[in-house]
Amino acid sequence: MKNFLNTLREIGKYPTAIFGVIVVLALIIVAVVVIIKIPYDQAISTWRGGESIVYKNPRNVPPKWYNWFRAEKLVESFDMKEGDEGVSSVTTVTEGGTTITTFTFEFDHSYTSFPQDMVLYFNSEYETQQPFVAIKLFTPDEREIKIASFALTKSHTYPMLQDQKLQKRLNNVVPNIGLFLDPDVEEQIPVQGTYRLEIQATIFESNSVVHPEFVLHGQVFGWAGTDHMRRDLSLPLLWGIPIALSFGLLAALGTSLLTMIIAAFGTWYGGFWDALIQRITEVNMVLPFLSILIMVGTFYSRSIWTILGATIALSIFTGGIKSYRAMFTQVKESTYIEAARSYGAGDGRIIFKYLIPRMIPLLLPGLISAVPSFVFLEASLALLGIGDPVLPTWGKMINEAYGNAALYRGWYYWILEPAVLLMITGLGFASLGFALDRIFNPRLRGV
Amino acid sequence: MQISMDPKNKTMDPEVKNNLIQERIQAEMARLDLDQPAAIRSIRFLKNALTLNLGRAMFMTSDLGSRNVKNIILERIPYTLLLMGTANLILFFVTLFLALALSRKYGSFWDKFVITLSPTSSVPPWFYGIFLILIFAAILKWLPFGGVIDAPVPKDLMGRILSVLKHLILPAASLIVSSFFLSIYNWRTFFLIYSSEDYVDTAKAKGLSARDIERRYILRPTLPTIITSFALMLIGMWTGAIITETVFTWPGLGRVTYKAIGLYDTPVIVGTTILYAYLLAITVFLLDFVYALVDPRVKIGGGGGAK
Repeated sequence: MKNFLNTLREIGKYPTAIFGVIVVLALIIVAVVVIIKIPYDQAISTWRGGESIVYKNPRNVPPKWYNWFRAEKLVESFDMKEGDEGVSSVTTVTEGGTTITTFTFEFDHSYTSFPQDMVLYFNSEYETQQPFVAIKLFTPDEREIKIASFALTKSHTYPMLQDQKLQKRLNNVVPNIGLFLDPDVEEQIPVQGTYRLEIQATIFESNSVVHPEFVLHGQVFGWAGTDHMRRDLSLPLLWGIPIALSFGLLAALGTSLLTMIIAAFGTWYGGFWDALIQRITEVNMVLPFLSILIMVGTFYSRSIWTILGATIALSIFTGGIKSYRAMFTQVKESTYIEAARSYGAGDGRIIFKYLIPRMIPLLLPGLISAVPSFVFLEASLALLGIGDPVLPTWGKMINEAYGNAALYRGWYYWILEPAVLLMITGLGFASLGFALDRIFNPRLRGV
Repeated sequence: MQISMDPKNKTMDPEVKNNLIQERIQAEMARLDLDQPAAIRSIRFLKNALTLNLGRAMFMTSDLGSRNVKNIILERIPYTLLLMGTANLILFFVTLFLALALSRKYGSFWDKFVITLSPTSSVPPWFYGIFLILIFAAILKWLPFGGVIDAPVPKDLMGRILSVLKHLILPAASLIVSSFFLSIYNWRTFFLIYSSEDYVDTAKAKGLSARDIERRYILRPTLPTIITSFALMLIGMWTGAIITETVFTWPGLGRVTYKAIGLYDTPVIVGTTILYAYLLAITVFLLDFVYALVDPRVKIGGGGGAK
């Protein structure tokens, strides 16, 4: 315990180490919260879900906080249905038993730009006679624009952007712009103020109902923006944290522990075993690491756990084993090992109770410094297209962004968000590992 | 397949056709020596590998249309060497000299600066590549996104060289940046350990100039290490950087490897690995002689004290 406190005090002397500790702790806390708040199954189904999950999201738009840095605000997305603020309905019953319900959606448009799209979703119940709707838009300057009228199916989607007739009526301007245009000005400037969308639903059956929902796809969405499949990017950003951490930590832990144990065995038994381990290491160092991993990924399985296992297996016999061997050869000759031998301790006892514990202080900095390389390895593999096909990770995000030429088309947020997170993670672990190395490694003391 | 699709065999009896197919398969296997036991085949593969008879690719072709693995690799090597060579040589010498300068001013502001920034090397080069593309290609539009030469290709030689250089800047910069600070830090620590030796103190006590101490007492004993890392860097150059080349669409050996893996083109993958193994073996062999030249403590055949 005292040792631990001393280490903490030593860490306090390095500002970069404090930064590292804060980053690592924060990441671990967020990771735990994410796993509890968004369970695995829910995350996967949200990420791989279809239209029913993403219908409120615009395509390829930056996050909300873009607006904080802009003088000309971008249109924010919203959706309205019955019961929300700004939605009202009036019902009248005619003599013939027909019900006419008028839904009014009121929304403010105080932007100088236009929304990406506007979509109306209808859910209706009827037996034989389809309900009929007529849609109109009242602009702030009291113009009335007839949008469309049609009979409803049970679940009906009406995307205004794709309505060719409406476009013709708006003098061949696409509806998402044309509906907002100020007719008195020549440039494309929207009329600002409160718009009123009126939906008049005529219902012919007594027990049939219509539920409209109005979705406006803006130019910004959520805290992380959306991708080309209209998915909210905050999910892979959040879920990327536990995945990156577990991959990095497990790989680093497995590799360093196994390397150390194998090195200890090799040096203790010496002779044939030592030579064998050395030869395996030399052969393994020539083999192209990434190529083998990619082959495992393509031929066997792309599950992150398979890749993790392969990574650990391939990283055991590398340079690390040689440096541990050098240290163990020194320790092997020390007097306390001789003492252990003289009281008749077995090989296993000496290795696990005397040899390996001696090296633990050296293990820790190496382990922590190794984490970023594994975190980035996962991202690299995903970038090469052999990331886990199911999980939303940072690397997958970058890969998809790259596949859609995000940098070229100016969707910087798509690459920058995971990239910055990866960078922070990497730097956090690396600076902590560096500081630990300087604390524990006596050769670097005072240098 | 050829037989069953052939219209003239349409009326053939199925059994005869089957026999014909089997016969062809056997003949093909015999041609490729696949009917021999695995051990014999392995020896043949080994012989081919050792004689650099790399065979023919299964799917890939070189840009000139050749199926020879040798041609595919040879075609890409200049590009890889250009990129990795520029980056690694600059990196090696610049960091070495900066580290030497820093080890002299140990504890100064720049020294601390380098130590603080050395964790930045935990980030791989392709990652810096993305940022560099973002800044210099996407926002500032000064440099190209990737590739190796402008399209259309400039007519005169000078234009071509300039164009290639322009495309070289970003990938080389990302390779350099990613290991710059760690490299300086490592060399600096290495030099510091050597400059705390007793004989350096003695030299200082004798009143030798700093330059002389550096050249005779610090650089001389560290020369084997420097040469080793230089040699390892030289062979590291040949394999290319798979992901950095992919990010920058640089047509080097790394991209060939990546493509070969994607197409399951085993001969090409094996070919690049053999090339690397050969280079490693040759370098390690040559290094032993170089050590003997620069370090009098190492004697060939001396036994005893030889390391």
